[in-house]
Amino acid sequence: MQVPAQFRYEKAVSVEHALTLLGRYGPESRVVAGGHSLIPMMKLRLAQPEALIDINDLHELAIISVERHVLCIGALTRHADLLSSALVGEHFPIFHDAERVIADPVVRNRGTVGGSLCQADPSEDLSAAFAAVRGEAVIVSPEGRRTVPVREFFLGPYQTVVDPGELLVQLRVPIRSSASAYQKVERRAGDWAVAAAGAELVLDDGVVADAGIGLAALGAPNFHAREAESFLVGGPATDERFAEAARIAAEHCNPIADQRGPEEYKRHLAKTLVTRVLSVARTRWHGLHSGEKAR
Amino acid sequence: MIMEITVEVNGSSYTRSVEPRLLLVHFLRDELGLTGTHWGCDTSNCGTCVVWLDDVPVKSCTVLAVMADGHSVRTVEGLEGADGLDPVQQGFMACHGLQCGFCTPGMLMTARWLIDHNPAPSEADIREAISGQLCRCTGYENIVRSVRWAAEHEAGLRERTVEDAGTEVQA
Ligand SMILES: Cc1cc2nc3c(=O)[nH]c(=O)nc-3n(C[C@H](O)[C@H](O)[C@H](O)COP(=O)(O)OP(=O)(O)OC[C@H]3O[C@@H](n4cnc5c(N)ncnc54)[C@H](O)[C@@H]3O)c2cc1C
Ligand code: FES
Ligand code: FES
Repeated sequence: MQVPAQFRYEKAVSVEHALTLLGRYGPESRVVAGGHSLIPMMKLRLAQPEALIDINDLHELAIISVERHVLCIGALTRHADLLSSALVGEHFPIFHDAERVIADPVVRNRGTVGGSLCQADPSEDLSAAFAAVRGEAVIVSPEGRRTVPVREFFLGPYQTVVDPGELLVQLRVPIRSSASAYQKVERRAGDWAVAAAGAELVLDDGVVADAGIGLAALGAPNFHAREAESFLVGGPATDERFAEAARIAAEHCNPIADQRGPEEYKRHLAKTLVTRVLSVARTRWHGLHSGEKAR
Repeated sequence: MIMEITVEVNGSSYTRSVEPRLLLVHFLRDELGLTGTHWGCDTSNCGTCVVWLDDVPVKSCTVLAVMADGHSVRTVEGLEGADGLDPVQQGFMACHGLQCGFCTPGMLMTARWLIDHNPAPSEADIREAISGQLCRCTGYENIVRSVRWAAEHEAGLRERTVEDAGTEVQA
């Protein structure tokens, strides 16, 4: 039987209260959101916080909205709610693609968007999705609030710029005319990725005006494929160019061999998945814009 | 640290003093004696510990009992109504949805939630809904059949007896 070590437990009733509690208990305290990464780690004694600050009652952090052309996703949004949000699906299908393959439906009822990003597991799918669409993280502390691009959010495996005493409150993604997609290879339903990729494309008359490529479980710095993105922008959105971008992405990531497969296999998956998500994003772009041309 | 918590379980309110590290599954089984909820892998993979927390299925081995303080929980013991077994329970009886029964409480709770939200689930819907739950006995075929049976018999089923349902078993 796995039992966490002893800890103190406090339920926060507001963001301010959560910050006060984090200040009071100091750096050995941890926020608990869905608890689906933290509690398993505590059960294995890989984490032994002295105090847990429960933010599950902060319903104001569980809201999805659009404010002045920015999609705002509260940090406490459950995976299941991101998946069922029509607003999210309309603007960024990449999140629905990703959520369909994150864990299983029951885990998705509990795990949160903010917890996923703060956990910063190298295989976290939402980290790659938010990196692909260049999202921003809103972090609050007693001193105030700051906004950090998701591409600068991660300091390494399991490490982020969120300091002890700070709270991630929201993810923001500027809405623009774009198309996006996400795909993952997993060993069995509900498992973590062997490899996964996401893409966002903005096209202009068949030319790539902007591109974002996110990678999970592939050791890509900050979950994205910068070299492949630069290669794509300014060129035609053709299969040949997509294949070359995918080759570049596979070359520049740093997958490690583990029980999910050897390095070569993962690079192969990187190449295949990047090609596929770029092509799905292109198809979606044409689906969205075919009407305009006809007019 | 010991905390007093009050949790509504299957409509009754329970107040207990617990350590914050007590998991919800052990609170239900050991503190309340509701051993219908099973406890298997302990790693949020098998799903036999699924209960509803505020009307949403969760894996209770990965929820702290103190997190349920002031909230409501529904367990497999809360499925049966005054008029008899819930249709999903009858479905599992009718279609041999269980062999050893270890995975069954979690399967039933997820199935109940699925049919509440999707009264006519397809086979794919059912398989997706239970994809985070493991059964080592049935090969899932009969579980899927049981859930479909429940969905199809939902209306008007409560008047029928389980014996009647038993005649529909396909050997
Ligand atoms: C069986 C299983 C399978 C899974 N499969 C996948 C998968 O395929 N892909 C995937 O991406 N993920 C997967 N996950 C992880 C899942 O997405 C987790 O729910 C998620 O990683 C953590 O979210 P949480 O809300 O549960 O975070 P918690 O466990 O509550 O917290 C995780 C960390 O983030 C910190 N934290 C949480 N919220 C905040 C906040 N607002 N501000 C500051 N710090 C915060 C906590 O202190 C902790 O350090 C899986 C999990 C399980 C149990
Ligand atoms: S005991 Fe909870 S998922 Fe297996
Ligand atoms: S009936 Fe035995 S595990 Fe499912």
